This record gives sequence, structure tokens and C-alpha cells, in this order.
Amino acid sequence: MGITSKPVVFAVLAAVVILIGTTVTVFIPLFMPSTQPVSASIKPYTAVEQEGRDIYMREGCNNCHTQTVRPLRTEVLRYGEYSKPEEFAYDRPFLWGSRRTGPDLNRVGEKYPDSWHYKHLDSPQSMFEKSNMPPYGWLAKNRLDTQYSLKKATTLGYGYSESDVHQQITQYRATVTDENYPSKESRNNVTPPELRKELTEMDALIAYLQKLGRDVKNMEAKK
Amino acid sequence: MTPYVQGNEKSVPFDCSQENLEDDMSETSTEKYNFTIVRGFAFSALFWLVIGLIVGLWIAFEMFDPALNLTPWLSFGRLRVVHTNGLGLGFGLAAIFATSYYILQRLTRTPLPFPRLAQLHLYFFNTIIALGALSLFAGMNTTKEYAELEWPLDIGVVVLWVMFAINVFGTLIKRQEKQMYISLWYIISMTVAIAILYIVNNLEIPVTLFKSYSVYAGANDANVEWWYAHNVVGFIFTVPILAMFYYFLPKSTGLPIFSHRLSIVSFWALNFAYLWTGAHHLMLTPLPEWIQTVAIAFSIFLIAPSWGSVVNGYYTLQGNWDQMRTNYLVKFFIAGITFYGLQTIQGPLQGLRTLNAFFHYTDWVIGHVHMGTMGWVTMVISASFYYMIPRITSTELYSVKLANTHFWLILVGQFTWTITMWIAGIQQGAMWKATNPDGSLMYNFLDTVTSLYPYYKLRFAAGVIYFIGIMIFAWNLIMTVRQQPSQAEA
Ligand code: HEC
Ligand code: HEM
Repeated sequence: MGITSKPVVFAVLAAVVILIGTTVTVFIPLFMPSTQPVSASIKPYTAVEQEGRDIYMREGCNNCHTQTVRPLRTEVLRYGEYSKPEEFAYDRPFLWGSRRTGPDLNRVGEKYPDSWHYKHLDSPQSMFEKSNMPPYGWLAKNRLDTQYSLKKATTLGYGYSESDVHQQITQYRATVTDENYPSKESRNNVTPPELRKELTEMDALIAYLQKLGRDVKNMEAKK
Repeated sequence: MTPYVQGNEKSVPFDCSQENLEDDMSETSTEKYNFTIVRGFAFSALFWLVIGLIVGLWIAFEMFDPALNLTPWLSFGRLRVVHTNGLGLGFGLAAIFATSYYILQRLTRTPLPFPRLAQLHLYFFNTIIALGALSLFAGMNTTKEYAELEWPLDIGVVVLWVMFAINVFGTLIKRQEKQMYISLWYIISMTVAIAILYIVNNLEIPVTLFKSYSVYAGANDANVEWWYAHNVVGFIFTVPILAMFYYFLPKSTGLPIFSHRLSIVSFWALNFAYLWTGAHHLMLTPLPEWIQTVAIAFSIFLIAPSWGSVVNGYYTLQGNWDQMRTNYLVKFFIAGITFYGLQTIQGPLQGLRTLNAFFHYTDWVIGHVHMGTMGWVTMVISASFYYMIPRITSTELYSVKLANTHFWLILVGQFTWTITMWIAGIQQGAMWKATNPDGSLMYNFLDTVTSLYPYYKLRFAAGVIYFIGIMIFAWNLIMTVRQQPSQAEA
């Protein structure tokens, strides 16, 4: 057999061999709706939540936190209901992670009030002395850049109009800057005075964290 | 079926241990071939290795003392990807380019057809890796493991891969030696596979110059990513390392590879089976169960071709085991292939559902990764460089004694490192699962983390030992090339 004296044929053959497994386990599932099912209960991220998600990615929180609860008894006990495929229909990219230096976050939404997160993100060690999570206080010192929020939502196919995006942003700003915002004190503790009337990166990140696992509760309730 | 070297009376399979032996000795060989490029990539590899390891030590420290998260760009989440990319893309790829350019020219007895392109490839490569490191420090991170670079740099990576491929196929087409030796098969399959993997996984829609979103969503994105990530480990940290192993082991021992047939079977089986196994990284996630099951089956199967190479390596030394003592290079190769063998048993076992449920997400996996990278990959690359560098600079290695010290330091460092992490992984897995008699959880999450700090400290110390070994390696090679002019005078 002369294939070891024909480099181009050899390369083509290698490509074919490599593409067999790829086609069966990767390409075909891409076209099967059952791989990534959708549910009307699972809503896309708001513009602010999406900005928060992008900050989560930028800071590489996924290097310490997973976002998939496995269907194991002790895991469900620790984190809550195991993850369902529908939950991830809008996740581009997915953020399941591969290492749990910190706990899973797929069910962290509404687990704590916003105030908890302001305090924790600013300094995990102030709450848990021996935690090795990095402090992220500077996120509260960065104004949230919403310049590309509309473009992002469009790219991701969330179906928001310009006014939707605008409204989502102003509404969330109104919420966190409201005099009666329940987490006002913690927020003010970490946010410099000049940014207290604005949205900060930390506000957006917390909005995202609070969304995690929220919609799936409605989905499960309907079942 | 076995390809034979044309015109060889004894009709033995192509044997690289004897290939251009005279060439090796003659001074003209360095002029005929383009070895400046080999040297350029080899020293780039060393540079990125040292940088990547410093970052590795930094994050290892952060894991028991977060005080080192001094600035946003030094925070663990950003730094960890600098470590993995710096070593995987920076050190790994540069070492592969260096050895591939060398092996290609020797095995084909043909100089690179496009030396200028190769030179450009070297500059472009280092530019992309440097920009990659800076962009990751800055938080431009797609979060898909080992594909974290943002889209403009992805394009850069594709371009530099094409530059490499042109010389690979150019040399092969113009080659003087009819048969292609095993190492060339591995280089070909790597060149093809990495191109497919990288492009498919990095398809993304740009939003700005620094930000894009994956075209795949949720479970599909996960499936594509782990198909990629698993195989990028396969085709960067296995396939080209095998190319080096199959070339430099016979060259440095003078012994032909034990079985040619075994290498053919192993080669095709490995290339076929690898691609089915990515989903063993997604066990018990929302990915459809059948994909996970197929992945487990093929993972178990992969033991066979992997061990084909291990057996081939061991049997090559049959009757010549004294070389372990007398030939400093052999130690690296044999220790390296032994870690490869251990890894390829450990890997498939980790894929089994029950074991995976226990070990996944713990430090056990980190131990597994580093036995491969600090054991197999660096051991084989070290020996390959020790073999190549003196030859391309027509000189002797600066110090065999230092090379031996290097060997023992990285061996002890790596072993302490990985065993520590295995124990840490077992402990954490057990603590996550532990329940009280009433069925409630015994430990809160943070307790399971803080109980590992003693292990993290030990891991850091082991990393320092390993790092000293690598510094000796770098020193030894720098001194080797620096003594070159004085030798020429003498
Ligand atoms: C070095 C690893 C590490 C990184 C990086 C990290 N964390 Fe953590 N995280 C932890 C650890 C450990 C804990 C548990 C102890 C604690 O609460 O501080 C934790 C806890 C948390 C919790 C509380 C979860 C719960 O259920 O109690 C949240 C929320 C969280 N992290 C969010 C984040 C976000 C957002 C980022 C990125 C900006 C991030 N973490 C980056 C390690 C990390
Ligand atoms: C001084 C030696 C080294 C030290 C101290 C070190 C440290 C670390 C640390 C602390 C992590 C993160 C672990 C975690 O998140 O729990 C890590 C991950 C990683 N390192 Fe290293 N490392 C070293 C050598 C290497 C080498 C030589 C390579 C490759 C050539 C490498 C490749 C990787 C990879 C691929 C990961 C990601 C593992 C995963 O996600 O499963 N490391 N390393």
C-alpha cells in the first residue's frame, strides 16, 4: 500500500477518518432540536443581564464556578434542582465550566438579596475569612458601558427593539438607584458617590447572577 | 502491506534510527537545511514556558492566599487563562513548530521550500502569542477553554497555521525520501486536525473588535467546545509529541522502533477514535445522554492505540535497557512515555459515569492534566531539544550533568504536584458527598475548599521544584548555543 508515499492522499484520508466521529457526535446533533430544546418559560437575558454576563466572562468567573447541577442526590441537596437543557437555549457561549473551586452558580439567582452580593463581590473575605475568591470591589467603580447593548442583543437574536433595550437599562437603573431599593445601603457602601446614580459593572453582574435559575422555576411549575 | 524502503536490500521497514547518519555528522548538513528557524522556535518555546510557569506559580499561590489578586489583570479568573494559553499555545505550539521543522527536513532530506515564509511564521507566531497574552490579561476572553482568544486573534492563529501547513506540505511534496516515516504521519494528521478543530469551534459573530459571541448555543456550544478541547489536547499534547517520540527515541538510541505494524494500527485507531470522546468532559450535564455514552465507549477503546505506542516505546529498548543509565536522553523518553501510559488509563477511567460523578470538578482532574503536561509533554520536548540544539549548532550539549539534574527536578516536582492533587481531589470529592445520618450535608462548600489549603501549599512548593528544573533546562540550552563560536575557533 503506497499511501505512506503520497502525502496529499494521506492528509485527505486522515481528514476523512477524523471527520467520521466528528460528524456523528458533533455535526449531526447540531441539527437535532433535541440537543438544545427550547421552552417558552425560559426568557432571554435583558440588556443589563447580558452586560453582566459579559463581565462574568471577562473576569473569568467560569474558571472557578460551574453552572450545571448534576442529577446526583448530594448535589441537588447542595445547590437545588438539577439543570435542564432548556435553561441554556440563550447561552452563547455556554458557561457550564469544568472546575469547582467555588460552588456551582446555576441556582444562585434569588438565593441571596442583592445586598449580599454587593458585600460579597466587594470582599468575599469580609464575609468568609478564608475564602479564596478574589475581591471584585473595582467593578463598582466602573460605570457600565451600554454603548453596545443593542448590538449585542441583536447579534444574539433576542428580538429587542432599540426602545426595549433603552427601557430595560433605564428601568434597572431606576430600580437600583431608588431611595427604597432594599439593598441601597450595601450598594452605597461599595459604589463611589459619583456613580451612585448610574449603573455600574457590579450592578449588571448582580442582575445576571440573580437571573441564574430563575426562569426554570416557572418552567418546572408548569410541568 | 508494510511499506519498505525502496532499494534497501534487507527490506526492513523504514528505520529513522539509521536515516542520514552521515548527514548528522557532517558539518554541511547545517548549511543545507534551514535550522535557524528550528532554533528560533525552540527558544520561543523556552520563553513562553518560563512565562507560563511563572503565571502558574502565581495562580497556585492565589488558590491558598487571595492576597495576590493585586489588580484586575492579576486576578485569578484572568490569570488562569494566561497560564493555560501561554503554555498550550505559546510553549506547546512553539515546541511543535521547532521539532516539526527539524523532523520534516531530516526525514525528507529536503530543505524547507519556503524559508522566508518560515521566518515570517516565527515572527508572526510570537506576535500573536504576545497579543494573546495581553488580551487575556485585559479580559478579552471568549471563555471557551483553550479557545479563549477573541476573533481577530483567532484569524491570526488560522493564518499562522496556514503558513506552517504550506511548508509542511511543500517539504513533503518535494521530498527526497520516498517513504514517509511514522513521525511524518503524525505531523500530517496534526496539521489537518487542528485546522478543522480550531475553525469549527471558533465560529463566532463579532460585536466589536474585542468581543464576539459563539454561533452555537447552550448544549450545542458545550458539545462543540469539548469536542474541540479534548482533541486539541489530543492533537497538540499527544499526536505531535508522539511524532517527536517516534523520531528522537530511535535517533538518540540508535535503535529502530520495535514494530512498524503496531505503529500503523495505533496511528489510525488513535486518529479515528479520538474524535468521538469529547463528551466525556460533559458527563451528567444536560447534553443528550447518547452522546455521553458513545464518548465513554470510545474513551475505553482509546486505551488500545495509546498503549500501542507505549509498548512500542518500551520494546524498542528491549535488550538495551542499560541505556537508561548510560544515555541521559533515554530517561526522559521512557519516563515520558510511562506518564503517557498512566494518563491514558486514568483518562478513560475518569470517564466512567460513577467515577466521573465523584472526581469531576475536583483537583483530581487538575492532577491528571499536569501529569500529562509536566510529565509526558515536557519530558519528551526536553529530550528532543537536547538532541536537536547541539546538532543544529554543531556543538556539544553544555552539560549532561545539568540535564540530569533537570530531569530529576522536573520528575520529583511533577510527581509531588500530581499526587498531591489526586489526594486533594479524593478528599474534596468525598467531602462534597458526605452526609450526616439524617441525610443532610456534612460540610458546607467553603469547608471543602479551606481543607485543601495545605495541599495547595505543597503543590506550590512542588511547582517551585519543577520550575527550578525548567530554569536549568533553559540555562543549559542557552549555554550550549553560546559556546558555539568559541568552539568554532578552537
Ligand atoms: C479563585 C476562584 C474564584 C473566582 C475566580 C471567583 N469565585 Fe466566586 N467563589 C469562590 C469560592 C471559593 C466561593 C465560596 C466562598 C465564598 O462565598 O466566598 C465563591 C462563592 C461565590 C458566590 C456565592 C455562591 C453561593 O451559593 O453561596 C457567588 C455568587 C460567586 N462566588 C460569584 C462569583 C463571580 C460573579 C465571580 C467573577 C466575578 C467569581 N465568583 C469568581 C471562588 C471564586
Ligand atoms: C510550575 C508548574 C505549574 C504550576 C504551578 C501550575 C499551576 C496550575 C494551576 C494552579 C492551575 C489551575 C488549577 C485549578 O483551577 O484548580 C493550572 C491549570 C492548568 N495548567 Fe498548570 N501549572 C504548572 C505547569 C503546567 C504546564 C507545564 C502546563 C502545560 C504545558 C500546564 C497546563 C495547564 C492546563 C491545561 C490547566 C487547565 C486544567 C483544567 O482546566 O483541567 N500547567 N495549572
